[in-house]
Amino acid sequence: MNALNSYRAGPDERGHFGIFGGRYVAETLMPLILDLEKAYEAAKKDPAFKAELDNLNTHYAGRPSPLYHAKRLTERLGGAKIYFKRDELNHTGSHKINNVLGQVLLAKRMGKTRVIAETGAGQHGVATATACALFDIPCVVFMGAVDVARQAPNVFRMKLLGATVVPVTAGSATLKDAMNEALRVWVATVETTFYCIGTVAGPHPYPAMVRDFQSVIGKETREQMMAAEGRLPDTLVACIGGGSNAMGLFHPFLDDKDIRVIGVEAGGKGVETGEHAASLTGGRPGVLHGNRTYLLQDADGQITEAHSISAGLDYPGIGPEHSWLKEVGRVEYVSATDDEALAAFHLLCRTEGIIPALEPAHALAHVLKLAPTLPKDNLLVMNLCGRGDKDVHSVADRMGMTL
Amino acid sequence: MSRIATRFAKLKAENRAGLVTYVTAGDPDLALSFEILKGLPKAGADLIELGMPFTDPMADGPSIQAAGQRALKAGISMDKTLDLVRRFRAETGDEDTPILLMGYYNMVYQRGAERFCKDAAAAGVDGFIIVDLPPEEADELKPFAAKAGIDTVLLTAPTTDAARLPAVLKYASGFLYFVSILGITGTRSASEEAVRDHVARLRQHTQLPIAVGFGIKTPDQAAAVARHADAAVVGSAIVDRVKAGLDEEGKPKPDLLPGVFAYIKALAEGVRRART
Repeated sequence: MNALNSYRAGPDERGHFGIFGGRYVAETLMPLILDLEKAYEAAKKDPAFKAELDNLNTHYAGRPSPLYHAKRLTERLGGAKIYFKRDELNHTGSHKINNVLGQVLLAKRMGKTRVIAETGAGQHGVATATACALFDIPCVVFMGAVDVARQAPNVFRMKLLGATVVPVTAGSATLKDAMNEALRVWVATVETTFYCIGTVAGPHPYPAMVRDFQSVIGKETREQMMAAEGRLPDTLVACIGGGSNAMGLFHPFLDDKDIRVIGVEAGGKGVETGEHAASLTGGRPGVLHGNRTYLLQDADGQITEAHSISAGLDYPGIGPEHSWLKEVGRVEYVSATDDEALAAFHLLCRTEGIIPALEPAHALAHVLKLAPTLPKDNLLVMNLCGRGDKDVHSVADRMGMTL
Repeated sequence: MSRIATRFAKLKAENRAGLVTYVTAGDPDLALSFEILKGLPKAGADLIELGMPFTDPMADGPSIQAAGQRALKAGISMDKTLDLVRRFRAETGDEDTPILLMGYYNMVYQRGAERFCKDAAAAGVDGFIIVDLPPEEADELKPFAAKAGIDTVLLTAPTTDAARLPAVLKYASGFLYFVSILGITGTRSASEEAVRDHVARLRQHTQLPIAVGFGIKTPDQAAAVARHADAAVVGSAIVDRVKAGLDEEGKPKPDLLPGVFAYIKALAEGVRRART
């Protein structure tokens, strides 16, 4: 397949996926972003870099993650044959480690002496703090003050790992503001500091770089499904906040055009209520955090707040490649509400003995609707991208219980 | 000749640097914001930057962030921002002081670059400083701005080296804005030596006037910049004077306007005495 009719060829040399992506950053950052792009391109071609990353993925993160046939859930739903890609079993409990190991290795290679990161739920912050502990690099994590309060266990984990957690009170004091603050601090320390972005967003080359590191999910899935069933899957489902776990699963399959690919956004209280985090369903293109993408915003372009029970999906934007995949129609984007995600969360605990994170519980909520409508020979893979330990307090709250 | 070019020509004839004052549109409310805008030239501003408030101002420090939030809370919008400029031209009769809109690209993009440029020109805007539109993305705006007769002022930073500078200059018009520090607005200040060296370096590459900003807080600092550059830009420190004119509940005190104008007057005096 050549570049012209491939869905996997992007971005172009200026970092655009169609009209999306790009590099909308202050001039101070621009030369350093160009440096980062060069350094990443060189690392990508260096067998030693790949070997070191593969080694860490295997022996430190615990890859490959299993592709697990969820028999009881399949029987219960009575339709598609459901597999889970179990990235919740990775070290640190989610897919975030895949990206972070790559970026921190790159930071080391570039001679940077400090790593900064933004975090919402704290999963990317914990993963970054973990990698920085491993590589003995000082780590500063910016986190909205609202999130610091509602994700206390992850704040403590980051501190145990030696990271400094900086609560951000500016703006709405959530993930988007943490990202603003990380960008501000980066501008002031750009010569020495590496900014480790946690999702497939930000200025080029981040969306492509994070996708490449996360693509290990989809590459493994291809091999594992071939081994298990002798063919590729028919349906892929993943949840989307910024969209890194979804992009990691989807990207290696985008040119297999018979495969149906579905991203599930956080519908919050319902997209029709306006209180949601579904940028693709309820937003429109705009420019924020260094790239053009679908955003939740008002008529003037002021960014509006996202709402989701899942702090990890609570972001008013989405990775630019997803925006492009929506516009070209390769990927379907749907949403699941807080209540649907919670119901799916409980169901998975009881049927498979797996406590999922609230993020993939959104993907599962869609699987619950979709699988019964599909034939039994339809092979469906859902990315179970995080485990629910971090969410037990939120769920207990919703159940009216105090732990 | 554009208002910006005319103004810099006049400054050159007077053998002095200019004072560029930044205020946030709609801060602390629409009525007072207009009073501030109207009074700037008389207080000593040679050029005016009018900030377009944005929820996510990622290149700005705490002062301008807070100013934007005050303005948004008070109901500022893009239409009202343009209306401030229109009323400034109509009510003061000032056809000489250049006004530049400064802010983030999403404000432009949501209106559509072409319509944005037309509307801004019709209101009496002379230039744009779009912080997050580097030369790599400037093709989106430049042709429409040029057609509407609006200058695009691009930023250069200490990290913008000689290899990259031509790319910036390709899109720059009106003047070149040198960000004197690595960082966000209103935080650190550059030394006079650093400003001198950078300005000298930039002059080897361009005939455009050079304005220097970020971190200028005192009349002496403004004077130090004015010894070397064609203009000194002050923003956060002015916005801080607006804040100082508010009580604990955010209500304006009677000394807000006098406080802001006295400070600008002191800055202007600093700039005017720099080369004497």
